[in-house]
Formats: sequence, structure tokens, C-alpha cells
Amino acid sequence: MLIKKQYDVVVIGSGPGGLAAAIEAKKGGADDVLVVERDVELGGILLQCIHNGFGLQTFKEDLPGPEYAQRFINEAKTLGITFLLDTMVMDVTSQRKLYLSSRDFGYLEVDAHAIVLAMGCRERTRAQVRIPGYRPNGVFTAGTAQRWVNVEGYMPGNRFVVLGSGDIGMIMARRLTFEGAHVERVLEIQSYLSGLSRNYVQCLDDWDISLQLRHTVKRILGKDRVEAIESVGVDDKWNYIPGTEEIIPCDTLLLSVGLIPENELSKKAGVALDPVTGGPFVDEHFQTNVPGIFAAGNVVHVYDLVDYVSMAGGEAGRSAAEFALAEKERSARYIPLIAGKNVRYIVPHKLDKKALEKGDISLQMRVTQPIEEDVWLDVHGEENSIVRRSERYVRPGEMVTIVLRSRMAAEVEKANSLTVDIYPKSEA
Amino acid sequence: MEEKTFICTACPTGCKLNIRMEGDEVIKITGQRCNKGEIYGRQEAIAPQRMVASTVRVTNGFHPLLPVYTKGSIPKRKIGEVLEKIRAVEVTAPVQAEDVIIANVIGTGVDVIASRDMPAR
Repeated sequence: MLIKKQYDVVVIGSGPGGLAAAIEAKKGGADDVLVVERDVELGGILLQCIHNGFGLQTFKEDLPGPEYAQRFINEAKTLGITFLLDTMVMDVTSQRKLYLSSRDFGYLEVDAHAIVLAMGCRERTRAQVRIPGYRPNGVFTAGTAQRWVNVEGYMPGNRFVVLGSGDIGMIMARRLTFEGAHVERVLEIQSYLSGLSRNYVQCLDDWDISLQLRHTVKRILGKDRVEAIESVGVDDKWNYIPGTEEIIPCDTLLLSVGLIPENELSKKAGVALDPVTGGPFVDEHFQTNVPGIFAAGNVVHVYDLVDYVSMAGGEAGRSAAEFALAEKERSARYIPLIAGKNVRYIVPHKLDKKALEKGDISLQMRVTQPIEEDVWLDVHGEENSIVRRSERYVRPGEMVTIVLRSRMAAEVEKANSLTVDIYPKSEA
Repeated sequence: MEEKTFICTACPTGCKLNIRMEGDEVIKITGQRCNKGEIYGRQEAIAPQRMVASTVRVTNGFHPLLPVYTKGSIPKRKIGEVLEKIRAVEVTAPVQAEDVIIANVIGTGVDVIASRDMPAR
């Protein structure tokens, strides 16, 4: 596999949003589509969501997460999309340049006509819900536990308390029960369930796991390992209600306390974020405030169904392809101006070939070294001469101007770049 | 006459179903927004069914575990037995998504199948 310097569309992330975006970008006419994934395989978090309930809208089937991902992965592979696995995006610029660090390819710089941000979201952690006390082993986010139990084959504990009634927390309560653990309690600070009611039915009610609304963790007991938690009831302002404390012995506390769109990279590219969603401000095509940078799925706002993420990703991908094709056409008209022999720089740096048809264009430059004799100022393409004129001398302190005339348009049209060389006539 | 209430789990909408029973017979179901709710409610009132998802051990796999699920729903009271069967299985990679891992698990007529491709290590 060869990684190109330039792609039509680069998608960051291969979860449901990224896969759908890549597929629709390709179908939308983008020739070169690159998906960059930091994990060693495609699919994102779906791979650890082994429970069913995915795809009811997209496939009219009740599928587990990996199977839902598999169908998109299979389609993406047949379309000829390039995948770069085990690769971190270190930086993205508003000029749509990406700096990558890849296990197989090392350091890479890639330019994109359009970018789709599909980094998904991350879980809120203990620090973000401010649980006081020691920091013993045994406090994990529900998603971390899910990864261990479902993919890597480790049990994080035996007796669990889950804080938060988010979907992942409830699903993990059932999953851990299936694997022989005991889930003592699910605590929810709000007066209502924060996940879907069907998950309450299938995951908690079916397995007699009790849910306590308006309750939270007051403190964690245990120094090296969690030994218990102290739960407490709260009022409608989330103040502790004295006398409602209860010590619940357990060895593990799972946190299912919300998700935040993952936008560290977006910020680097100058993408403006909505403080309410935590994701980029987008238009109806999921384009961010930075032209050519789109955002797909949970990176924009946290969805409750993967089917909606795929739909949003698809729209972002289609729009990115449309933008990329227009941008490609526009940028194909431009040729670079190359500072050749004894030329330090040229302004402008690039030239729209069509612009010559409308009028003359001045090339302004400075030389590197003075030449105190007759010189040629020579503008040429790879194979053809465009214009050559003489000067009696050139000096770095004095700007040199060469005018490209409209009548030269036909010759310029043949070139892929223009080079300016300045040299003594005696050397010609 | 007996009244039962359920939250439908056929889709994420979560309709609240009211079911009027006479003995073991469902007389009337209300609260559903589609036909799936009708089917779910009837089943739930008489003999609840669930899909089951878990993992099996893989030898020589890209990961140590392969996620699997029951292709259809099975009686809820049999989940424990099905899980026991699943726990006892060990497969060898490579495996393809939807490969049958346990055919007709404990005589339910439902296959346990692979949830994804599992390439060899």
C-alpha cells in the first residue's frame, strides 16, 4: 500500500460515523478517500458493544454492534477506500493538512481537499463528577470495563456498583451478571433514567438489579482497592440528604455518567465548538466553520442510536465529496511558481492559468546574489520557454518584476509549473 | 381478569404496553405504536423471550474472544442455560461473521452465531 500526499477526502476515525462518511464520500465521486484509525482494526466502539439492538432502522434487523460495524467495513472494503490503521492524527490545520504518526509508515504529512472529523466521543470520568476520597484501584468507566470484558477477556471485579443510569452502565450491569459477577446497585443522581427504558427492562429489571434514582456516591472506601462505596440520597438541587447514607460493599465502581464529543483535534484546526453540545457548530451539511472540514456522528453531539450516527456520517461524507471535487477542480487550475537559479522568492506563489486570459500578471521577486553585468530573466515551463528579457544588472535590494502577457496564455497552459531563473548572459 | 404493564423492548421507542389477560389468554393490548409492540406484548405476557449476546474463547485469534449472539430470541428463563453452553465453547480462528457457533442451542431452534469476522493472529 502506498500512502499518497494528497487525498480528496480524509476521514478521521473508523467508527460508525467515519465508515458511513467514507462510504458516501466514495460513492459521491471522491476518488481518493483515506480513513485514518488509531486502533489496530476498523469499527470503533461498536466492536465492544456486543449486545444486540443495532441496525433496526438501517438494516431492519436486530444486530449486535460488531455485526453492524462488519457490514459497513465490508462495504467500505469493496469500494476501494484506503485505510491507515494504528495511526494517530497528531495535528490538523485549517488548510486541511494532516500530520500523522503511523506504526507502519512512520511520520506522514497528508493534504486533503476535504476532511471529515469522526473522532466520536469519550466518557466522563471520576474527575468530572468529583467523587471525593482516595483513588484506589477499582474505579473504571463503564466503557473501559466493556472493552476488557468483551474484547480483551478480563473481569475488572466481582462485586459492582454502577454510578449513572446511562445505557453503557445498564448494559454492563447485565453483561457482568452474565459473566458471574454481582451487581449490587445502580445509582442515578437524577429523578429519571438517563438511558433508554428498554435497557432498564432488559438489563436491570430482568436480572433484579436495583436502580436507585436521586442517589449518588458520596465517597469511595478503600485505599489500595475499592472496598465499598457510601451512597447518599440527594434533593432536587443534588444536595446530600443527611441520614440517607448507606455503605454498599463492593470491589468495583463503574461510572456511566455521560459522554463528551472528542474535539481536541478540531480545536487545532480552528473549528469553533458549541459550549452546549461540546461539538462543532455545523450547517445542514455538517460543515464546520472551517471551509472543507466536516464533522460526522458523535463528534458533533452524542446520539442515542447508532443508526442516526450512520445517517449523519453519510451526509457529512457526501458533502465532503462535493466540496472536495469543487476544490480539486479549482486547485487543478493553479500551477506553482518556482524560484529557480539566483531567485530567492516569487510573489505570487501560484498562478491560476485561466487568469492570464483576463489580463497581464506581474511576477515580483528578489534575487539571492547581485550580478553586476547583463543578465537574462528567464521564465519557463518544464519543456517550453514562456518569456525571456534582459536587465543590465540585478541586486537583492532591488525588486525584479517580470510581466506575463495575455498573449502568453497558450504557452502557460502547456506548463504544470513555471520556473524563473536569473543568470548572466555570459553564462547562457 | 388481570392487567399487566410492560415497556416494549422491540425498538428504542420504549412504548408502555397495557395488557388485559384472562387466565393465560391475552384479551387486549394497548399503548403500542406499531405491530411489533403487539407481538412483543403478547409474547411477554405469556412467555417472555430475549436475544442473548456473549463471547466465546478463540484460539489463535486476533483477539482472545469472539462476540456471539443468538440469531433470534429464546425463552427468557433459558438464558442461564444458553450462557452455560456458550461459556463451554472454544473456537479456532479464522471465523467469519454469522458463522454458526452453536446450532440449535439447547433445542431452542435458534443458532448462536459469530457477531464479526475474527481473523487469525
